Amino acid sequence: MYQYDQYDQKMVDTRVEEFRDQVKRRLAGDLTEDQFKPLRLMNGLYLQLHAYMLRVAVPYGTMSGKQMRMLGHIARKYDRDYGHFTTRQNIQYNWIKLEDAPDILADLASVEMHAIQTSGNCIRNISSDQFAGATADEIADPRPWAELLRQWSSFHPEFSYLPRKFKFAVIASDTDRAAMRLHDIGIQLVLNEAGELGAKFFVGGGMGRTPMIAPEIRNFVPADELISYAEACLRVYNRYGRRDNKYKARIKILVHELGKDEYTRQVEEEFAHMNQLGLNPPVEELARITQYFQDPPFDKQASDDLNLSDPDFALWVDQNIAKHKQPGYAIATISLKPRGGIPGDASSAQIDLMADLAEQYSFDELRVTHSQNIVLPHVRKSDLYALWQTLDEAGLAPANLDLITDSIACPGLDYCSLANARSIPLAQKISERFADLGRQRELGELKLKISGCINACGHHHAGHIGILGVDRKGTENYQLLLGGSGAEDASLAKITGPGFTEDGVIDAIETVTDLYLEQREDGERFIDTYRRVGMARFKEAIYG
Amino acid sequence: MVDAIRLRDDDVHEEPAVSLDSFLDQANATAVRIEAGEDARQLLPFLDRLSLIEIDFPVFGDGRGYSAAQILRESGYTGELRASGDVLLDQLAYMRRCGFDAFAPDSPINFELMQQAFSRYDHVYQATSDQRGPIWRLRHG
Repeated sequence: MYQYDQYDQKMVDTRVEEFRDQVKRRLAGDLTEDQFKPLRLMNGLYLQLHAYMLRVAVPYGTMSGKQMRMLGHIARKYDRDYGHFTTRQNIQYNWIKLEDAPDILADLASVEMHAIQTSGNCIRNISSDQFAGATADEIADPRPWAELLRQWSSFHPEFSYLPRKFKFAVIASDTDRAAMRLHDIGIQLVLNEAGELGAKFFVGGGMGRTPMIAPEIRNFVPADELISYAEACLRVYNRYGRRDNKYKARIKILVHELGKDEYTRQVEEEFAHMNQLGLNPPVEELARITQYFQDPPFDKQASDDLNLSDPDFALWVDQNIAKHKQPGYAIATISLKPRGGIPGDASSAQIDLMADLAEQYSFDELRVTHSQNIVLPHVRKSDLYALWQTLDEAGLAPANLDLITDSIACPGLDYCSLANARSIPLAQKISERFADLGRQRELGELKLKISGCINACGHHHAGHIGILGVDRKGTENYQLLLGGSGAEDASLAKITGPGFTEDGVIDAIETVTDLYLEQREDGERFIDTYRRVGMARFKEAIYG
Repeated sequence: MVDAIRLRDDDVHEEPAVSLDSFLDQANATAVRIEAGEDARQLLPFLDRLSLIEIDFPVFGDGRGYSAAQILRESGYTGELRASGDVLLDQLAYMRRCGFDAFAPDSPINFELMQQAFSRYDHVYQATSDQRGPIWRLRHG
């Protein structure tokens, strides 16, 4: 794991003091709310329906036990004893007092964490593959590249007042677990013919009101030109991205309106200039960072055997365990989607427990996933049963990873001032309706994603089944979408037709899943059957 | 409180800045003002004779002026680069990092707090046109 040196630490410590001063000036009335707003946003502090919400950055989703425990401490001391893990691999707290915010940032800084640029029209937390460094299917660990980008993008003076927010994802596998192409810039690490590692750039993806899948604009950027290439992409956007309408201000609109080829031409022209300016850290810097991401000291003799005689444990292993690159080890995903629960929420006690388990069983490392779950990346297979027993006692062992009840949901109208409809109660009801694990497993991989408004924080465009909450004449109404994917087979979901009541949309989900069971051919997932059979057949089943 | 800030030692340039289109029409103007949407690169052929370039910020959240300033400095402009308009205390340090060395804010700025803002961060992560050495250079010499 990356560790701050004196410089990194000084930067976050200084930020805490700067924000403390800004809060003081705001409370004294020297700053208007309009002037204060972009400053608090750049420290992750939103004003929501009922209170301030603080979003804490978890760079590329990776944390130590100590850092995780601090998140539990913050939940206990400053909030209502829980936190909410987000689709950006971050955590947010919903009941924060403005005057506490500087102390919270100071607590975070004491464990090498921060809330810098978790909001605002700037470069946000860099996300990555939650299985990075543990999975056999990657060509390298993408996180050193993400860390290089994190440092470059932090306090970037030219790109802090962009037309709109800006999100990067970095992966290094053909299997996309990070919805890479639904980011403003998606980077996939690749090898060139000489066997050197470089970055393939996809620019202009995103969800929101106008969902788009990012086109590839460059198939290889060498490591020592990464920063100047990113600078060129951002500069063209900063200069020419639309500022007249915030709903058309994301880079996807610019790339779409200019056309991929023209945008690429402008980037290449800017890059030819910027690559001469000495903006790129030397390769030694990437090498320095990479040192922190070496494999933990695996036991090469660890047994690959697993006793599956406990049927409940066997179910959990089958569903929530992924293959590790090191024989004798496994990647364990802790589902934060218990029956009837709020997707992504965890109590301070659960957070503490997960921190303990990471220290005990996973070389002191945890990951947050964009599906709002937690991963213990390096667990010895011989420890899995003990781990599972402890998780199960704490309500942290739902065996539903990637199943219909492993849904993503935005905070919705329960918290968010932008929402048109509630997302959380709907997710909870779906979780109850499909609670039977046998039934869920019969349905297989099924990504269900719920957004409470068209801003699409719940990723409904990327759901095999997506739900969009809208306001229809003062009542909450839910539209059903089918056929989206945030994975390597990225696609955008389409609306089935007229919307439903809360119960009506759950009935409609049952109708489409029943149709899938009836129509599927060997080995087909829901999404495969949908793609083969087509929307018309599903529409007919829903609307008759 | 101050409403004109200059971080340069040379004499104040007396000639008032003209708009970009009228500058491009004149062979001898030495001061120009560009609006947020205008292309700073149009000035590149004339940098030698320019002593003052003013870049307007219509609202502080419109960040195009940061890129305009960087482009001018990267291209070798050494004259006064002034940010005008909705220029607020909390953006000054970033403006300076992008090469601005003068400020004409719509509302006066607390001089002491400005000094504090300029000196607050000991280090920076990026190379920009202010020539401060980024942290990676300190790490690797």
